[in-house]
Amino acid sequence: MLDQAEGYVTADGRKIGGVVMEMKNITLRFGGVEAIKDISFDIREGEIRAIIGPNGAGKSSMLNVISGFYIPQVGQVFYKGAPRPPMKPFEVARQGIARTFQNIALFEGMTVLDNVMTGRLTHMKTGLWGQAIWKGKAEAEETANREVAERIIDFLEIQAIRKTPVARLPYGLKKRVELARALAAEPSLLLLDEPMAGMNVEEKEDMSRFILDVNDEFGTTIALIEHDMGVVMDLSDRVVVMDYGKKIGDGSPDEVRNNQDVIDAYLGVSHD
Amino acid sequence: MSDQLIYASEVFLNGLMAGVLYALVALGFVLIFKASGIFNFAQGVMALFAAMTLVGIQSGQVPFAHLINAVFGTKIHHFGWEVHSIIAIILTVLVMILLAWMVQRFIFRHLVGQEPIILFMATIGLAYLLEGVADLMWGSEIKKLDVCLAEGTCLPQGINLAIDEATFNLFGYGFFIDNLDITATIIAILLVTALVIFSQYTKQGRAMRAVADDHQAALSVGVSLNYIWILVWSVAGFVALVAGIMWGAKSGVQFSLSLIALKALPVLMLGGFTSIPGAIVGGLIIGVGEKLFEFFMSSGDLAGALFGFTMNATENWFAYVLALIFLVFRPQGLFGEKIIERV
Repeated sequence: MLDQAEGYVTADGRKIGGVVMEMKNITLRFGGVEAIKDISFDIREGEIRAIIGPNGAGKSSMLNVISGFYIPQVGQVFYKGAPRPPMKPFEVARQGIARTFQNIALFEGMTVLDNVMTGRLTHMKTGLWGQAIWKGKAEAEETANREVAERIIDFLEIQAIRKTPVARLPYGLKKRVELARALAAEPSLLLLDEPMAGMNVEEKEDMSRFILDVNDEFGTTIALIEHDMGVVMDLSDRVVVMDYGKKIGDGSPDEVRNNQDVIDAYLGVSHD
Repeated sequence: MSDQLIYASEVFLNGLMAGVLYALVALGFVLIFKASGIFNFAQGVMALFAAMTLVGIQSGQVPFAHLINAVFGTKIHHFGWEVHSIIAIILTVLVMILLAWMVQRFIFRHLVGQEPIILFMATIGLAYLLEGVADLMWGSEIKKLDVCLAEGTCLPQGINLAIDEATFNLFGYGFFIDNLDITATIIAILLVTALVIFSQYTKQGRAMRAVADDHQAALSVGVSLNYIWILVWSVAGFVALVAGIMWGAKSGVQFSLSLIALKALPVLMLGGFTSIPGAIVGGLIIGVGEKLFEFFMSSGDLAGALFGFTMNATENWFAYVLALIFLVFRPQGLFGEKIIERV
């Protein structure tokens, strides 16, 4: 079913394209600790790719490597077919990779709309002078960006809180605003770090629906980290399983579910 | 209206205008503190440096003249030309931008993620370094700052007379308000309005607010912290230049100018370290407060009758005592973000 160059067709009939991002033999060390050990996998256009694993497996580190917050000691990251030199997180963001954080990193003092508008920063091309003088081009740009932001706010059903300062929102809504800000960048790859952490069942269902809708409506490629096996299996097209910094499984949810190493990792078989 | 009351309202107005200057220096502090968490002790020296550079460029002084003369045995001091104020101001702004870049490139880029106290110490070092460089570059003698402000040529002289006449007709007593103070206030209002518009409605302003709020999140939406920090130091440098011009026009460009940084501290404690409106209001309160307090306490008719004694030179300590009271009862200031430490 998996064709290297052409991609594949999912169970529900969606066409998955070529490789957007490829991680090759990534090793990441913090001092003497190896957080990621020689991991390779790819993310294909239009798919929902999950990275799962128990606590401390190195999932977040992996996401941080993709988004440029960590630079691996060994290995190469390929983005859209070309090797990516080590770069700063903001440069990665400008290449079209948006992300959310496990512990929510929103601009608490700003309104929801302002937060979503910061997601458009990479699309604003007017320089300092154009902005300072604020004529014609900058104005048109602001209007266009505002339209995109409003569309995403509508899409994620947060119109009612557009003008509310983020600090006043409950946890579940903050998570949704963070997703909106990431989406506003119209990313070619969207990284979600535990989008459902700390949510109740109802909020989890909402978030799952939004993730599926985003993928469906905008065709956004999504890579997400999740703790909760059940949620991941329902959402994702392909799953990478990590344990103690190593990759122990990679494939469709069904393949992964039946993988003996994965079952051991989750049930806690002792490591020798 | 009694004479005392009229006199008091004149003191009040003069206090407001002194407050504008405090507010400007405090504004520079707030800008940098918000965006990078650095408490910039050098803000006052930046005002001094900016004012000296302006005067130096304007009067065609050769920078580092003493050093050059000592090394090469030459005797040059002046280029022998005078630069128009507007051009001199533009050149000084460029120098302040260069300074911002150097500060970021050579000092704070290497201190990212350090404890606030270390960053603070670095700015103390920067303050002394900058003072030394200013001395070496332009010499230490007191200079006259002669932008149009000083001579009142920006505003027509008639304004003073008009105010005098109007208040005379109204109260039977003519107010004296310095032309310089009026100009300073107008410029300060324009500057603050421009800053607010810039930070609310432009891309860079939005990025600046983003960085002030959360570094990681700002990175993730494609904001370069380095660029924003240079931008913020440049804006703070520009604000310092404006403050330096006003202060320098009032009392000459001299090294005591760097001490105005100290007066900005109580302003910050009043207004809160993270609030731009706080810096403005705090500056005005301190300016008015210390002038009025001085007026009441030194007048035998009032303080003498009430308490049986009078005090002089209260201006020296009033602001600090007020700040102390605030520290005890409202440590976050009037407008600052509430400090909540979770355990």
